[in-house]
Amino acid sequence: MSMQKAIIQLEPLTCPSCMQKISSAVRALEGVDRESVEVLFNSSKAKLNFDSEKISVEKIADAITALGYEVRKTQVKPV
Amino acid sequence: MQKFILARKKHITIISAVLILTAFVSKLAFGNPYIFELTMIIASVFGVAPIAIQAFQALKVKVVSIDVLVTVAVTGALLIKNYEESAIVTFLFLFGAYLEQRTLNKTRSAIRELTEMAPESALKLMENGEFEEVNVDEVAEGDILLVKTGAKVPVDGTVLKGEGYVNESTITGEPVPVNKTAGSGVYAGTILENGTLQIVAERVGEDTTFGKIIELVEKAQDSKSKTERFIDRFSRYYTPAVLAFAVLVWVISRDLELAITILVLGCPGALVIGVPVSNVAGIGNGARNGILMKGSEVVQTFSRVDTMVFDKTGTLTSGKPRVAETEFYTEDPDEALDYLASVEKESDHPLARAIVEHVGERKSCTVENTNVVKGEGIVATVNGHRVAVGNVALMERENVPLDDKMRKDIERLAQSGSSLVLTSVDGELKILMGIRDQVRPGVRDNLRKLERLGVKSLILLSGDNQRTVDLTARELGLTEARGNMLPEDKSAYIAELQDKGHIVAFVGDGVNDSPSLALADIGIAMGGGTDVAIETSDVVLMNSDFSRLPHALGLAKATARNMLQNIAIAVGVVLVLLAGVFLSDWVNMSIGMFVHEASILAVILNGMRLLGYKRR
Repeated sequence: MSMQKAIIQLEPLTCPSCMQKISSAVRALEGVDRESVEVLFNSSKAKLNFDSEKISVEKIADAITALGYEVRKTQVKPV
Repeated sequence: MQKFILARKKHITIISAVLILTAFVSKLAFGNPYIFELTMIIASVFGVAPIAIQAFQALKVKVVSIDVLVTVAVTGALLIKNYEESAIVTFLFLFGAYLEQRTLNKTRSAIRELTEMAPESALKLMENGEFEEVNVDEVAEGDILLVKTGAKVPVDGTVLKGEGYVNESTITGEPVPVNKTAGSGVYAGTILENGTLQIVAERVGEDTTFGKIIELVEKAQDSKSKTERFIDRFSRYYTPAVLAFAVLVWVISRDLELAITILVLGCPGALVIGVPVSNVAGIGNGARNGILMKGSEVVQTFSRVDTMVFDKTGTLTSGKPRVAETEFYTEDPDEALDYLASVEKESDHPLARAIVEHVGERKSCTVENTNVVKGEGIVATVNGHRVAVGNVALMERENVPLDDKMRKDIERLAQSGSSLVLTSVDGELKILMGIRDQVRPGVRDNLRKLERLGVKSLILLSGDNQRTVDLTARELGLTEARGNMLPEDKSAYIAELQDKGHIVAFVGDGVNDSPSLALADIGIAMGGGTDVAIETSDVVLMNSDFSRLPHALGLAKATARNMLQNIAIAVGVVLVLLAGVFLSDWVNMSIGMFVHEASILAVILNGMRLLGYKRR
């Protein structure tokens, strides 16, 4: 296990159901710590912890893009 | 394909509008129902595509979103051959979403301005001894950086060399630039107005004070109060419930159109978006004015505060002793002041510093044979005269005679809570000074404003003696004042107030009053953006400006009211529309969608009013 923290800046979110969609989609990914997923509506950011041996931040960003939300910037930090 | 369609939502909205217009024109001009219907069908299919994709994606992650309701409704309308309605509903939904995004961006402008102030690059000292511009993410602790005039300080650190004036308003809210020299601390996000500094990085990125403030404000805007959590849970079941209700209506009444209309009317948009919008605007306004409120629960509680408890030193008073009154008993005050200043310049006693600051630059005299009398003062020889500076006890030791007027002055100043400094030259009293920690300017007016905002009791708790505390209380018109209080006495007193059912805010400087700040319903720290203050309190007044306090309370009240208004608008609109469907026949799908989108815009616009909130 090597956990890392990802901060993903999204396009401005406009509907609260977007938050539900994004957080359920990200939670469903293998290697993402379900408890840590946090989608901030007003600052349009997703924050989560993930296991970098199982999944990459690019894969997580892809899952969000596939929902139709633009990912503007990703940042990875040690937990 | 999906991405292609979603990325072109704006174009689709425009095409859909053009098609609908074409349809109406063709109907009016040529009276041709086939072209009319065909164009409307194309408009519907075009318009529903992005909505259907979003609905499908939502269903994939088991969320029944508004998109699902709209998609089902439009499909249903196409099935019953009501092409006009289906086209108009999709257009209104898309157009509404576009307007929402535009206005939401405005509401979020306050926080965006804040994040945009974050520094992006830095001039870093490289191995070759040159400074090179790098991204701020590449700066590590211990790096040496150069800051030029007009540039942002990229990290928290200490000045190595150079001098300059830094505008720290982003951190402290204080607009007057602060002088920085070697050894001074500097904060990320502040601006060097003139001069050049070399600094060593101590904290970078999100660990800087500025980074923490941004993170706090972002979190605060999304933090949820109990009401909001309730609405969240509610809306998760609400949308599927609307779907079920519509099916039920269809089964019972066999009226597909009615069922579809209910689907459209049931969209919970305004309800879900109303409260976060008030929140972001209110907290954003605060952030812009140097007031940090940690989330909507804090805003709610703060708006109901009826008792405010204040610490004295550093909160109501400036925390720095100043010369308040001076009496002269000499024909030549200048000479006496020169002697006094020369003696006091050599001392670092707080009272001596207050005096030096008060008298300003004076002619300096030669001071010899300085003798410090512990607890009483200083005796020295100045220009050949024996000068004693100290309290009454020192004057007695020096056998300085005091006449009636002098005794009266001493008595009066002592009564006012001042510390006394007397100056005698060759055994004669020349100057009497009263030094005290004075009330900050404007505090009295601001306390009255707080009362007008509905605070019933203003209470002063202080470690000072009861007499000093009583004086301050009388001067400021406080409800109650207690002296000789230790930090634990203060928190015990606050607990007592809470037991009596009061909602208590404690206002302190955030350093020595942490227990009270934590215990009070709302802890308000008057701090210059220190870490302790930011972490232990609920509300931070970024510069120690007391006048922000009424603004903060007024803003909290306005924000709480705004949230209630938005909930009322949202619920009211749904009720009126539902009543319209069942009790009359003016409501159809398009009107339903129109009113629904209008109500969403109404709550966003209502929230935006908070951005302009000002306390007069």
